[in-house]
Amino acid sequence: MNTLLARLLAQTNIDWPPVAPEDGTFWLPPQASTQAPQTDLAFYFIYWVSVFFFILIVFLMTVFVFRYRRRVEGEGPRVNVTHNTPLELVWTTIPLILVVVMFYMGFRGFMDLMNPPADAMDVYVLGQKWNWNFTYPNGHQDTELHVPVDTNVRLILESQDVIHSFYVPAFRIKRDAVPGRYNKIWFKATKPGEYLALCAEYCGTQHSDMLARVVVHEPGMFEKWLADASDPFKTRSYAEVGQLVVTKRCGGCHSIDGSANVGPTFKDLFGSEVKHTDGATVLVDEEYVRKSIINPQAEIVAGYDPVMPTFKGQLKDREITAIIEYLKQLAGMTSTLSDVGRETEEAAPAADAAASQPTETEKDSE
Amino acid sequence: MATIPADYSAAPPARDNYLTHGRGILSWLCTLDHKRIGVMYLVSILAAFLLGGIFAILIRTELLTPEKTIMGADTYNQFFTLHGAIMTFLVIIPGIPAALGNFVLPIMLGAKDLAFPRINLLSYYLWVAGALFSVLAIVMGSVDTGWTFYIPYATDTTMGGVIPVLMGVFVLGFSSIFTGLNFIVTIHKMRPPGMGWFELPLFLWALYATAVIQILATPVIGITGLLLIAERVGQFGIFHPGLGGDPVLYQHFFWFYSHPAVYIMILPAMGVISEIISIFSRKHIFGYHFIAFSSIAIAMFGFIVWGHHMFVSGQSTLISVIFSLLTYSVSIPSAVKVFNWLATMYGGSISLRAPMLYALAFIFIFGIGGLTGLFLGALATDVHLHDTYFVVAHFHYVMMGSTLIAMIAGIHHWWPKMVGRMYNEAAAFIAWVFVFVGMNLTFFPQFIMGAHGMPRRYYNYPPEFENLHQMSTWGSYLMAVGFVIIAAYLLHSLFAGRTAPANPWGGATLEWRCASPPPHDNYPVTPTAGDPYDFSDLKYNPQTGDYESDRGPAAS
Repeated sequence: MNTLLARLLAQTNIDWPPVAPEDGTFWLPPQASTQAPQTDLAFYFIYWVSVFFFILIVFLMTVFVFRYRRRVEGEGPRVNVTHNTPLELVWTTIPLILVVVMFYMGFRGFMDLMNPPADAMDVYVLGQKWNWNFTYPNGHQDTELHVPVDTNVRLILESQDVIHSFYVPAFRIKRDAVPGRYNKIWFKATKPGEYLALCAEYCGTQHSDMLARVVVHEPGMFEKWLADASDPFKTRSYAEVGQLVVTKRCGGCHSIDGSANVGPTFKDLFGSEVKHTDGATVLVDEEYVRKSIINPQAEIVAGYDPVMPTFKGQLKDREITAIIEYLKQLAGMTSTLSDVGRETEEAAPAADAAASQPTETEKDSE
Repeated sequence: MATIPADYSAAPPARDNYLTHGRGILSWLCTLDHKRIGVMYLVSILAAFLLGGIFAILIRTELLTPEKTIMGADTYNQFFTLHGAIMTFLVIIPGIPAALGNFVLPIMLGAKDLAFPRINLLSYYLWVAGALFSVLAIVMGSVDTGWTFYIPYATDTTMGGVIPVLMGVFVLGFSSIFTGLNFIVTIHKMRPPGMGWFELPLFLWALYATAVIQILATPVIGITGLLLIAERVGQFGIFHPGLGGDPVLYQHFFWFYSHPAVYIMILPAMGVISEIISIFSRKHIFGYHFIAFSSIAIAMFGFIVWGHHMFVSGQSTLISVIFSLLTYSVSIPSAVKVFNWLATMYGGSISLRAPMLYALAFIFIFGIGGLTGLFLGALATDVHLHDTYFVVAHFHYVMMGSTLIAMIAGIHHWWPKMVGRMYNEAAAFIAWVFVFVGMNLTFFPQFIMGAHGMPRRYYNYPPEFENLHQMSTWGSYLMAVGFVIIAAYLLHSLFAGRTAPANPWGGATLEWRCASPPPHDNYPVTPTAGDPYDFSDLKYNPQTGDYESDRGPAAS
């Protein structure tokens, strides 16, 4: 129940793009993919057929109620007709024709959606409680989906735990991420900008916070973004990279300002002593942080639920080092790598040496 | 409103009837009388409805603001799970067949009871046992899986209530199967002289079609529930991907029952509406054969559309396309019924008393609920709308707005027969306004939210939906007020209502020729049935408020 209290106090400091911005229609959000106009055409065809029949039904009902209202109890009917087979066949056949058209419109759009073009760029999407992880063709992993405008993108969805569903309303796409199988869907974004992706399949406590930013880049900008995101050390110190990683990957559950959340706060955590559910008291040092990321279920801090997924394989050793440096900064310590972290031509050997350190620690622990 | 006879009597009915036939609590708990069992079902189901309704109001209150309002995320998840499970399995599925069907079916057939009175009592107690399992689940740490129990969430969650709820569903399944079996045998074997299959009242056609689904589909949910328990306890690897199972297989099993179950819910509702529209228009039902066959068609087609719940799950594209096409086959018989009801009203003598008001509300609400189903049957639009509030609004329009409204219509329709008292029509009108306006205010904004991309089962939600969510919540409060008013005047009528005549509405089906309330054995001699929708020989007597038949009462 501790998570309840945590959620109660949780602060969301991320500024998400709106899912339903002002510039949509009364019924649908703005169209931002090639799929959207097709889906919306089917939507509005069904909509106007429905509006017509609904108004017809309610109109007739209202007219009959007023016109044939019983004025004296016991009064008989004005007309005595029990059936009219030709008429009934007509109102069986007309809806039948209309629904076949509806089926066909939905079918066309769906076949398009299920058959990605051969030149599509593949992005792997991993759903896990409670965030999305995107793997780009060059191997870079990120919590945001970045794509170039006017480019075919194929999403290959998988899940690490329970069923999730990847949903981008502006693109009119949705596909379940099912553990144990790959599902695919594709889209071609038509408007640069920021959109919101949501989890649509119920997955537990933070289901409604399992959001992801979708960024559609102007031509040429995607490659720049990918280059920078793939190697953040090029232009940043270790602690700066650590801050970046913590904001993206840990911020949903761990605060950096001491406020309560699903997991312990990172403020003043490094160098402190934490109490585990088994009663042991442990010093938070480099090895402890690393273990908590790679194997989070091994030891649980007292007062918290064992809900953290492993980040093994998702965070590189250097990124874990960067997180450690950032945690030191949050604890008011001087980052030991603050001088050497910036990977310039001259400092490169030093940074490499620093990056290899945690690997040694890992060996020690084994 | 109707003219109320001046010389009404507030004295209780003195004759021997099923309510006075035996005294003491045991005469109720051990009764084999279908009428008493029907009343016990009604009271129990309404109690479950109250519980599910309280959860609904709490959920809606939480959604007043985009972030936390009154409860945490885990509590919210438990509440919507319990709301869904209670309303589906304990209220809407048994609602009309078990409560109203039990009471009305034998009387409509001119029979003394169902074919198997003891099995009938057994199915009631199985319902009670199933309900107790649900209560046990709440006590044992609750459930947070959603009423659909999707795997692997349902096998992995740490909440202790999953197994008791599934056991409850298993036991409730037997209750449903036994009721269905009883109805089928009774309709086959116990029809009175003069009642061939096409003189059967349409409510009985609907109950018959429902019973067929109950018998054929319910075993599947029972087995699926047991497999889920086995998976959770024994880790067999049927559904869990970590053990080599297939979670989408579970979804197929689940919806193989739960989609036909939707027709278990709506078919009896349509039957009630067919009766009411005809009686309150005082005109023969239009297109009897089309309505009767459409019930059977819905029951049959209902079995082959379950895959439309899995268009985005990863089932094969071909299968999805076939299911989409088949799904539309269900819409035709539903549309036929609506047109036939309208044609019945045409040229009739329409009386706007409480049952008819609810029947009109049903046509309005089912119109919206049915037409929005078309958006979800089409593949491309379903990809966008699946698992959003659009779906929530759609099935609440059909389940809550249609089935429950029809159940309320049925309660108002047969209330005088059940308790021998009339309720206050003015209060009923006020309550109807609250329920009708509240229902639409609650669920219509959810269509707009869903189409804009608001996913269902969200504890926090994007702030741009706050206004629509608030409208929805205010609507749910209006509805709650409506239900409280209904409860108040129905209870009031028990003590102070004017005595009901045998046939206050002018119905031609047999139960209206039986006294109100009916005697213990319903009929001293088996009556002869005629056309259930021929009202020509019924004459209104303003002195008694009764419609008297030339043929005379069937029972005295």
